[in-house]
Amino acid sequence: MEKQSDLLLDIEHLHTAYRLHGKFYDAADDINLTLKRNEILAVVGESGCGKSTIASSIIGLYDHKNTKVTGDILYNELNLVNLNESLFNKIRGNNIGMIFQDPLASLNPLMKVGDQVAETLYYHTDMDEKARHARVIELFNQVGMPRPEEMYEMYPHELSGGLRQRVVIAIAIACKPEIIIADEPTTALDVTIQAQILDLLKEIQKESHSGIVLITHDLGVVAETADQVAVMYAGQIVEKADVKTIFQNPLHPYTRSLLHSMPQTDDESQDLHVIHGTVPSLVNMPRTGDRFAARIPWIPASAHEENPKIHEVEPGHFVRCTCWQSFHFQDEEKKG
Amino acid sequence: MWKTVLRRILIMIPQLLILSLLVFILAKMMPGDPFTGMINPNSDPKEIARLRQEYGLNDPVWVQYTRWLGNMFHGDLGQSYIQKVPVTSLIWDRAVNTFWLSLMTVVLTYLIAIPLGVTAGRHQDEWQDHGVQIFNYITYAVPPFVFYILGIWLFGFTLGWFPISGSVSADVNPGTFAYFWSRFYHLILPSILCSLISTTAIVQYLRTGIVDNKVEDYVRTARSKGVPENVVFNKHILRNSLLPIAAFLGNTITGLLSGSMVIESVFSYPGMGKLFLDSIGQRDYSTLTALILLFGVLTLIGNLLSDIIMSIVDPRIRIK
Repeated sequence: MEKQSDLLLDIEHLHTAYRLHGKFYDAADDINLTLKRNEILAVVGESGCGKSTIASSIIGLYDHKNTKVTGDILYNELNLVNLNESLFNKIRGNNIGMIFQDPLASLNPLMKVGDQVAETLYYHTDMDEKARHARVIELFNQVGMPRPEEMYEMYPHELSGGLRQRVVIAIAIACKPEIIIADEPTTALDVTIQAQILDLLKEIQKESHSGIVLITHDLGVVAETADQVAVMYAGQIVEKADVKTIFQNPLHPYTRSLLHSMPQTDDESQDLHVIHGTVPSLVNMPRTGDRFAARIPWIPASAHEENPKIHEVEPGHFVRCTCWQSFHFQDEEKKG
Repeated sequence: MWKTVLRRILIMIPQLLILSLLVFILAKMMPGDPFTGMINPNSDPKEIARLRQEYGLNDPVWVQYTRWLGNMFHGDLGQSYIQKVPVTSLIWDRAVNTFWLSLMTVVLTYLIAIPLGVTAGRHQDEWQDHGVQIFNYITYAVPPFVFYILGIWLFGFTLGWFPISGSVSADVNPGTFAYFWSRFYHLILPSILCSLISTTAIVQYLRTGIVDNKVEDYVRTARSKGVPENVVFNKHILRNSLLPIAAFLGNTITGLLSGSMVIESVFSYPGMGKLFLDSIGQRDYSTLTALILLFGVLTLIGNLLSDIIMSIVDPRIRIK
């Protein structure tokens, strides 16, 4: 695959459905996203909203028997949806790198970490063993691992969480991929290590001019790293804009509730805002109506669209449903 | 690591002493002595008493124990009361027989169990898996002696394909090709039957290991690197799934010498298991105590071997 073009990923009408009790249910419902070079696209949402489903759909790692993917994921005019496995294996690790959430579980306990990085090089480059070893050392230096020669020989259990995640990152960037998918890369780490790993990701992105899809539930991470943000709720994108707009002018009730529930350090008197209820499960997903409506019951049903669509409210700012126009928080109602 | 191994061997000494004491006490507590069976209306009580005196059975118990233990240290396991030959040579002959039978059984067991476990794990909940599970239930549930007797009846008696007892035909001379062939021929049926019903644990461990490991995150990582599926399976999933099997490999190796009582009895195969049963039946104390002690040593060595093997195959386990 040659590496070119500024538009790296063009996801159109992506539906990913999982089979549950013999029926298929959309975990990702009509996803439209684009990823450009030099861009960090954050996909935000709570657990079960379908954000990891998008990641596994892009890289084609899902249980093929129990998952149905339709729509288009275009990468350099190549459609990744239902792509032939042997062709996909040439792209995975080479053009698309993936970073996972739990760095201990993501590494094979029986293999030296250096060999696990070298394995990627084995399948995508024609380097000999010596060259691969040298490249791994180079990568370990790049991801900020101390004593790389020594680290090569270590097993995952001998490393700290932060170092393990650096190994996972080294695996992902070994072949200088254009696209890096980071699925909750900092969730399993200490807060101090989180910041280091995020800085490392940004640094890698700047150096390699790649595009990063950052999957997270942490708005702090989003604010710190992202360029574009897609907010997901119950399998759908509810709001999409650049990071500044999302934080300064959030429109969709869900985005506003999420931001509102972030602890404010400057105002200790305020109680933490809670979004009541839970995300509907796949099986109980409402067929029609706004999926978030049940969690803001004080907003009259007439405010929601019957089949909420994405509207471009200002250039580059997309919001699902029209209910945002009449949305207010419940306590605001009491006060005023 | 070798320091640890040495220390473990040193720890085995008190363990063995305790075992030897227990064995000796148990042997003494059994009713009768080797000469009880000789008593009949024609036997001379004086002769029996003379034999008891000669073999030291009238000495104080602790004298008998220390004498027995001291001889043991010199590699002298005593004289079989019944067979009238040194226990050492008796055990040696039987151990050689048992070794070949067990080796063939173990090799066949792994040859059958590993493909079955891999198939079941790979095709979890599909027909292949169900087939293996049915095989497992049957081979686990059928009592071994019933299975062996059915096998003998079918392949030995009805079809006449294999000999049904002994370790070699009587009409061949040691050292000739016919002799080796005859010994091998005598091994085929017992080893096949025994291996068929010894597969359960390996198949189950392997199946569960594969089922658990194939959804592990590191397998997803391997796939995300673009590693082809068959390599993902062999290098990542299978290697991790073989760990539980490696855990009892040490005892399997030492088990090559202790043999199986059931298969050897059913086939009248002159091995360690049969020797053990016979010496119980004949109250051959010297042989019996030597065998129990030997089985104890083998178990301890087997455990040590298992630990060493585990520390080699799994970097997370380091014996310190």
